[in-house]
Amino acid sequence: MSVTAVKQPNWFSRLAHPGQFLSWSRYFVWPLAILTAIGFAVGLWFAFFASPEDYQMGDMVRVMYIHVPNAWLSMLVYGTMAVSALGSLVWRHPLADVANKAAAPLGAVFTAITLFTGALWGRPTWGTFWEWDGRMTSELVLLLIYLGIIALWRSFDDQSKAGRIVAIVTLVGAINIPVIHYSVEWWNTLHQGATVFTASGPRLPGSMLVALLTMLLAFTLFFALLQIVRMRTEILRRRAETMSRQAALKGVAA
Amino acid sequence: MSAEHFAFIAWAYVGAGLMTLGLVAWVVWDALRVKKRLAELEKSGIRRRSAGASAP
Repeated sequence: MSVTAVKQPNWFSRLAHPGQFLSWSRYFVWPLAILTAIGFAVGLWFAFFASPEDYQMGDMVRVMYIHVPNAWLSMLVYGTMAVSALGSLVWRHPLADVANKAAAPLGAVFTAITLFTGALWGRPTWGTFWEWDGRMTSELVLLLIYLGIIALWRSFDDQSKAGRIVAIVTLVGAINIPVIHYSVEWWNTLHQGATVFTASGPRLPGSMLVALLTMLLAFTLFFALLQIVRMRTEILRRRAETMSRQAALKGVAA
Repeated sequence: MSAEHFAFIAWAYVGAGLMTLGLVAWVVWDALRVKKRLAELEKSGIRRRSAGASAP
C-alpha cells in the first residue's frame, strides 16, 4: 500500500487565500490611510515651502512633485498588474485576478494625472501642451491600454474567463513599460531625460530630492491603500455574486 | 511665485487633487455599495455554502 503525502500550502499561499486576505488586510487600511495623509502633508509642505525655484523653470518646477510620482505610479501599477497576470496564468491563483482587476482603474487615473500635469508643465516650459514625442505618446498608449483592460473586465460575465484573457493582454501590453522608461534615451524627445532614476544616481539638489522622494513615498502608500481596499471590495463582490446565483438556483429548484 | 506661472501650477495641483479625490470617493462608494449588497443578501437568509458549513 502506498501513501501519498498531501502537499501543504506554503505561508504565501495561505496568506494569499481570498478569505485569509480579507482577515489580515483589514489591519493595514487605517495605518496606511494615516501614513498616507502624513506623507502628503509633509510632502506638500516640502514642495511649496522648503524647496527652491529652478534656475531655468522658476516655480514651474513645483509641478514635478505631483507629475513624477504619478508617472512612477503609472508604471508601478502596470508592473503590479503584469506580476498578477503571471500569477493568474501560471498558478491560476484567484487573488491574482482580483489584484489585476482592482489595480486597472487606479493605474488609469494615475496615468491621466501624469498626462494632465505634464501638459500644464509643458506649455510654459516648451511652449506647447502636447507633442507626439516618444515619452508622451507611449504614456498616452499606456492610458489606452488601461482603458482597454477595464473594458475587457466589464465585457465578461464569467470573471475567471475574463481573468485569463486580461492576463494575456496585460502581459502583451507590458512591452510598453520599458518603451516609456527608455523613450527619452532611444529617441530625440522634447521631454527631458531621467533625473531621478539614473545609473549615476539622482541629478537633483538635495532640497528638491527630499520633497520629491517624500511625495513619491506618499503616492506609493496611497496606491497600496487603495489597492487593498479595492481588492477587499472585489472579493466581497464575487461573494455577493456567488450568493445571488445560489439564491437564483434555489428559486428555480423551489 | 511668478504671476505668469501661477495659473499653470494652480491648475496642475487643483486638477490632480480633484482627480485624486474623485478616485478616493469612487473607491469608498463602491466598497460601501458592495458591503450593503452583501448585508442585504445575508439578511434575506442567503448564506455561502462554505460559510454555512462552518456556521454553528
